[in-house]
Amino acid sequence: MDNERHVDGNALAGVFHEVFGREMTRECGCCSQCGAASQLGAVWVYRAAGDVLRCPSCESVLMVIVPDASGMRVSFESMRWVHIRLSHSRD
Amino acid sequence: MAGAALPRRLNWLIAKAADIAEETDRVRTVVLDCPGWTGHLPGQHIDIRLTAEDGYQAQRSYSISAPDDGEQVVITVELVDGGEISPFLIEDLRVGDQIEIRGPIGGYFVWEPSRGGPLQLIGGGSGVAPLMAMLRARVRTGSDVPVRYLSSARSFDDLIYREELESISSGAEDVEVLHTLTRSQPPNWRGLAGRVDRVVLARNVWPAFTRPLCYVCGPTGFVETVATTLVALGHQPRRIKTERFGPSN
Amino acid sequence: MSFITRGFRGRRELDVPPDRVPPGQYVTSDFPVLSAGPTPRIPLEQWRFTITDPLRSERSWNWDEFMALPIETVTVDIHCVTKWSKLDTSWEGVSLDTLLADFPDHASGHGLFQSYGGYTTNLPIEDITGGKAWIAFKYDGQPLDPEHGGPARLLVPHLYFWKSAKWVKGVTLSDSDRPGFWESYGYHNYGDPWREQRYQGD
Repeated sequence: MDNERHVDGNALAGVFHEVFGREMTRECGCCSQCGAASQLGAVWVYRAAGDVLRCPSCESVLMVIVPDASGMRVSFESMRWVHIRLSHSRD
Repeated sequence: MAGAALPRRLNWLIAKAADIAEETDRVRTVVLDCPGWTGHLPGQHIDIRLTAEDGYQAQRSYSISAPDDGEQVVITVELVDGGEISPFLIEDLRVGDQIEIRGPIGGYFVWEPSRGGPLQLIGGGSGVAPLMAMLRARVRTGSDVPVRYLSSARSFDDLIYREELESISSGAEDVEVLHTLTRSQPPNWRGLAGRVDRVVLARNVWPAFTRPLCYVCGPTGFVETVATTLVALGHQPRRIKTERFGPSN
Repeated sequence: MSFITRGFRGRRELDVPPDRVPPGQYVTSDFPVLSAGPTPRIPLEQWRFTITDPLRSERSWNWDEFMALPIETVTVDIHCVTKWSKLDTSWEGVSLDTLLADFPDHASGHGLFQSYGGYTTNLPIEDITGGKAWIAFKYDGQPLDPEHGGPARLLVPHLYFWKSAKWVKGVTLSDSDRPGFWESYGYHNYGDPWREQRYQGD
């Protein structure tokens, strides 16, 4: 595990805004492989030909975001659900 | 749904460089004036987008290093060799230049005084930038949350914010600042020497039973080592927030 | 039209003959490491390369058996879909022609390569035969670093480098084509850099 090459989901805060239309790093997503729920800001992100979001509990692929000429393709591979809070909070 | 907040659109804004200060020979603090800025929380970051005349675009994230201050956004940037954006910001940007930014983003890596403490801040290299926003917020609001700030740098000349940190810790009760220098130490150095490891953390971080809120930021390897060790020392994973810089390709 | 940043010039281009650089690429002297997941650590005594045919029969080599096969040294240009190209890279490996010699019936079929760690990529057999592909275990004269796919990776330089699967452990031959990892998430099924086939639909 030395020299691991992932960043935290928080690094995708701007991308999440593009995908979901709002701040998402504090919202939780559930892994369909192991059932763990994690804040999206805490998932493991491998930035390669696309962004691969992995569950911090079991390393399964939650989402993959691939750019293309007109935008991006967002795949929800093992993301069973995402919970979105609606509130008065600023972020 | 009466009263529910609508999602706020994240637009690219044009910011103007109002001041550029040298922190170390590889690090600059840039003050950006950003009309339309709606404020931010300590720890949040911005995305910067640069576009060349041929249409080539590059985009990177930078932590905001000072707390909310009207339309002013302060970032601290370290030169990354072969980087896409930092060489421009460090070597080419002039006061008066305009760049595109969007933010604030990244509500996950945020600390505000209302969240309490004790607060443990651990930064490697320029990873101290978002931590400084948190510490400056603590000082500015007159909060009494106890803080321990631990930073790691290669040498004395690589320490960022050193004088301000000295002034904060000597002027405030319950703010302890500790630096470790990993490659070289000046004569009469009274801080730590060597990498942040289990011994350093066990001796200097808030003990786990005090249930501190921990924020760790810096290069991936540094953050990984520190976060894993904090858990091994008994800290709860959900009270540890990490922001890894990642490889700089 | 995006806001142009005064003074920003983008990448400093290395001076190279344009016919070596596919459209949209820039040449780098670095060797960027891009991974979709954690780097697997495979001890050589556990390493295997396995070819599975449609009838499920298998042919497998361990590391010693693999090293006893004919080894080639090749110098090739490589092109990553993230736009960097690296010229004149030197590799040592075993040709897929050698490995597939016992599977002549599948020349018109497809191969789905699998890697330790779960990565997959798909290729037509005709794109990995005829001297076009290797299982490479040395880069630049040195054993291949795990970050770059060691102990061994697939090397298919005429297609975008995501097809050169790191940490390769085998290939399943089939008459039908099944998309691999990046292909199923939006990248092009074939990936010819000279026709700039980056994304699905290109």
